[in-house]
Amino acid sequence: MIFLNYNNFMKTLSLILIFFFLNGCNNPLLNSHGTIATEEYSLILISFIMMLFIIIPVIFMTIYFSLKYRSTNVNQIYKPNWCDSKKIEIVVWTIPIIIVSFLAFLSWSYTHKLDPKKSIVSLNNPIKIDAVALDWKWLFIYPDYNIATINEIMFPVNRPIVFRITSNSVMNAFFIPSLGSQIYAMPGMTTKLNLIANDVGKYKGISSNYSGHGFSNMKFTAISVLKNSTFLDWVKKVQASSIKLNTMKTFDIISIPNENYSIEYFSSVKKNLFNKIKNQYSIKHFILDENLSHEIVKKNFNMEK
Amino acid sequence: MFGKLTFDAIPYHEPIIMITYIAIILIALCIASTITYYKKWKYLWSEWFTTVDHKKISIMYGILAFVMLFRGFVDAILMRTQQVVASAGFKGFLPPHHYDQIFTAHGVIMIFFVAMPLVIGLMNLVIPLQIGARDVAFPFLNNLSFWLNVSSAVLLTLSLGIGEFAQTGWLAYPPLSGIKYSSGVGVDYWIWSLQISGVGTTLTGINFLVTILKMRAPGMSFFKMPVFTWTSLCTNILIVISFPVLTVTLVLLTLDRYFNFHFFTNDLGGNAMMYVNLIWIWGHPEVYILVLPVFGVFSEVVATFSKKRLFGYVSLVWATLSITILSFIVWLHHFFTMGAGADVNTFFGITTMIIAIPTGVKIFNWLFTIYQGRVHMHSSILWTLGFLVTFSIGGMTGVLLSVPPADFVLHNSLFLVAHFHNVIIGGVVFGCFAGINYWFPKLFGFVLNEIWGKRAFWFWIIGFFLAFIPLYFLGLMGMTRRLSQNIDSEFHMLLCIAAIGACFIGIGIICQVIQFFISIKERRHNLDLTGDPWDGRTLEWSTSSPAPLYNFAIIPKVEDRDDFWRNKEGQHYNKLINSINYHDIHMPKNTGLGFMISIFSLFFGFSAVWHITWLCILSFLAIIISLFINSLNEDTEYTISAEEIKKIEHQYWKNIQKAGLK
Amino acid sequence: MIENKFNNTILNSNSSTHDKISETKKLFGLWIYLMSDCIMFAVLFAVYAIVSSNISINLISNKIFNLSSILLETFLLLLSSLSCGFVVIAMNQKRIKMIYSFLTITFIFGLIFLLMEVHEFYELIIENFGPDKNAFFSIFFTLVATHGVHIFFGLILILSILYQIKKLGLTNSIRTRILCFSVFWHFLDIIWICVFTFVYLNGAI
Repeated sequence: MIFLNYNNFMKTLSLILIFFFLNGCNNPLLNSHGTIATEEYSLILISFIMMLFIIIPVIFMTIYFSLKYRSTNVNQIYKPNWCDSKKIEIVVWTIPIIIVSFLAFLSWSYTHKLDPKKSIVSLNNPIKIDAVALDWKWLFIYPDYNIATINEIMFPVNRPIVFRITSNSVMNAFFIPSLGSQIYAMPGMTTKLNLIANDVGKYKGISSNYSGHGFSNMKFTAISVLKNSTFLDWVKKVQASSIKLNTMKTFDIISIPNENYSIEYFSSVKKNLFNKIKNQYSIKHFILDENLSHEIVKKNFNMEK
Repeated sequence: MFGKLTFDAIPYHEPIIMITYIAIILIALCIASTITYYKKWKYLWSEWFTTVDHKKISIMYGILAFVMLFRGFVDAILMRTQQVVASAGFKGFLPPHHYDQIFTAHGVIMIFFVAMPLVIGLMNLVIPLQIGARDVAFPFLNNLSFWLNVSSAVLLTLSLGIGEFAQTGWLAYPPLSGIKYSSGVGVDYWIWSLQISGVGTTLTGINFLVTILKMRAPGMSFFKMPVFTWTSLCTNILIVISFPVLTVTLVLLTLDRYFNFHFFTNDLGGNAMMYVNLIWIWGHPEVYILVLPVFGVFSEVVATFSKKRLFGYVSLVWATLSITILSFIVWLHHFFTMGAGADVNTFFGITTMIIAIPTGVKIFNWLFTIYQGRVHMHSSILWTLGFLVTFSIGGMTGVLLSVPPADFVLHNSLFLVAHFHNVIIGGVVFGCFAGINYWFPKLFGFVLNEIWGKRAFWFWIIGFFLAFIPLYFLGLMGMTRRLSQNIDSEFHMLLCIAAIGACFIGIGIICQVIQFFISIKERRHNLDLTGDPWDGRTLEWSTSSPAPLYNFAIIPKVEDRDDFWRNKEGQHYNKLINSINYHDIHMPKNTGLGFMISIFSLFFGFSAVWHITWLCILSFLAIIISLFINSLNEDTEYTISAEEIKKIEHQYWKNIQKAGLK
Repeated sequence: MIENKFNNTILNSNSSTHDKISETKKLFGLWIYLMSDCIMFAVLFAVYAIVSSNISINLISNKIFNLSSILLETFLLLLSSLSCGFVVIAMNQKRIKMIYSFLTITFIFGLIFLLMEVHEFYELIIENFGPDKNAFFSIFFTLVATHGVHIFFGLILILSILYQIKKLGLTNSIRTRILCFSVFWHFLDIIWICVFTFVYLNGAI
């Protein structure tokens, strides 16, 4: 019966390995399209391989020891009172400490290197995009081009993109898996994210923090194109739209909760719309008494420092 | 008159919910009428509902856990099915506002009403027996804690048919959970359910701490305690320190929702990030509360079934203590992506990695206990071996996630979901099942059926791998969690495999149910006459099975670790029994007060949810008044006479002789 | 094993040791409960610190913090702790009348404290500085009121102890309750000192 169980175990193990390889094709490890994403996924791979140094011995020992020292397997050494060994203790404390120290060093250097706020060094000029999480869609503003879109952005390859992100209602998270890091979008606050696309393509973007009924549909497309001219053509296309986002009233209309939004273009945007959206929640002045100049002023509360 | 409660609260237009609710009511009625038919209400009340005996309370916790496991598991199957359908291009049968309640309820039920009761039930059963005590320090509080947990579970179940449950995820982040974006009663149900359960758990923590620190048998110094007692000590320290944080956080959210305060609102100075920090300052120790006792279970099981001393006792204890302390300085790893900056993220990432070290040491200690032992392949050991493999993988993915840049692409994805299910199922659930198989005879006097136990294990572990390994890949492919509609079709195949895995787990659960039924049916063939069916090492095996009401007729004096084992080797049970002097034992009386307070709490919670102010105040006053009336009652103990004890003990010795031991 | 069983013959047959053990356990349990209560207050203080660092507020104005009445409240609470100490002394000397008087004094001081605090809240709310106005007032009211709620339950405990002594006399379990209550009351006093310092004095500076 033990062998039956052992066979089942091996069958399960091989099934797992098959899945591992079968899905290699779709694995973002081969599908990352931006420097940030590539570095992050490689970090996962390196850490995984380091951890295998512990996991493989553990799994091996589990199966091997339990089979070798099972009670029906007679003539094995049996030492009922052996329970201490300085040598083994030193090894089992030291090896994890070494692996963790290495990972800690890796973690320290890459966390600083891949900090979302950190600008990407590049010869090309960055593109600024402001992203606002609405219910349940993404509003994108290009402050330099005075256009806005819903659920679609475009940028040329190899140009750093600097996102300023906020939310109009509840906590969301801005995420383009193929390009790298996600970051929370929080009402009344700005988070910054720097990404870059190295390959041409259409990338899926999502919100990765549950935000209500329309959360599943909160998808957008990030299109990366080869030539700057293609990008500018798209900007012109957006500027030709008949809808304008010039007033807060229009903004209020588009921010009404709606689960089924698709793509939309706005040919002009109210000045500083992003800041206005963010500042709608700031506490401003709360004057306690007209005669006394006491104010409650919200201190610099931004995530940007 | 009834606050916000109207007949519209019942979801007439949702067939799935209505059918489920009617089914629950019918099952409850069935059970109630069966009890009535057999005229067992008086028995149930006097022997079970009012009991202060830790062993009976642990059985009741176990029953609560299994009942809620069904509900939580059905939620899981519903979610898996919906995701399979939604990734094939169909709309599915669960619209978002229903699906979102399901994933919230699934998380709350599994953590608060399955894992916590299982773990607390095991601690309840084993701690007094292992330290040589007659009961816990405050038996009444023990009973009260249990019933508070039940009333909290009932409140949650009520939300299914009366109103709605929270649609926010199991931790209900604001502003989504604030009154502006969740104006229904769902989040209120969530708040009061957790609040009542939290009070019960905090009382349990205080209870067990006093028990372990003040009621150990003479001679049992700290480093002679069994490892399960050590891990329970650390768990209860975590409970007492972390649950107050949950209580306060829930109160702050309640004030926001009920009285328009501004702790976590978007405007007027509220700060939702503060909630995220506070809830995870509780949340992270909570998962260690779940996992430390099962580390203890595995320590006991592995030593007993390898017939060998536990390897590295001292380093196991220090590892447990360091995990306890470290668990308070890692909480930010649950929200690396909130933008705290590289320095803060690095600090918490590194502390999280450091916690992996003592955990790894423990795993090696267990492995070296097996090494050169003589391993009996009982189902408890199978669960342990399954744990060693599964939990290691889960721990590994945890270390992967603790590297902040890696977390930036994996946070809130199915990779994360796979990780925490990996460690909770592979760790907590497997451990509780191992513990149940191990300590069942101590409670009931007969052993569980091994064949079905082993089948259950294999279905569970194969099901687990089928259900959750695909989720790792889905996370790497970019699928995020909590999706219910319009799921990318490239995720479809892996989601199907995950659904099949969930079915395997379902079969595993059915095997366990069959195991219970057959074991009960065949109990007379599987009696445990000696009280020590596995040739155990710790004090609980020195009592009969089932253990007598008072546990130990004479409190033992302990001289070493594994004292019982040491005494067994080379000792003979001889006929000195006649010369033992038995004394009267004072035992606490049963009381219905715990049950009554919990009923009032249920009314309190329900009326708080629906803003029925008069009922709220009334039920709260009822609690205070009952406590007051009870304080006037000085008659709280009764005596078991020495003759009775002698009779019980003599029967135990006879059984041992029958079983052939000398 | 049998020999071990012989070794230990001191059991709970002696009822006074039984009660002493029970009292030790209950006091120890109360201490652990107080530690958990401490954590609750610590969280509230932490939230207060975070909120007040994000919102700068000038509080010198007597409109918000009336330092003189707060000082009076502090003295009341300190005096009530003093009389609570006398309750324990009286209990040890088994002088029931003295217990009654000092318990009543403790109760009166506590009650006046509570009424003054409620009055302070009322004044703030009618001036439009209620807890629903902004985050600072939310946490201020919550922190101070949580302490007040604990005082309130302490007062109820005093009343019930008074009644219990009247009905049952000074039994062992009631003695334990008085001890537990006094530790609880002193603890609340310490928490008030922290509130007084970090909220009122700090805000006034």
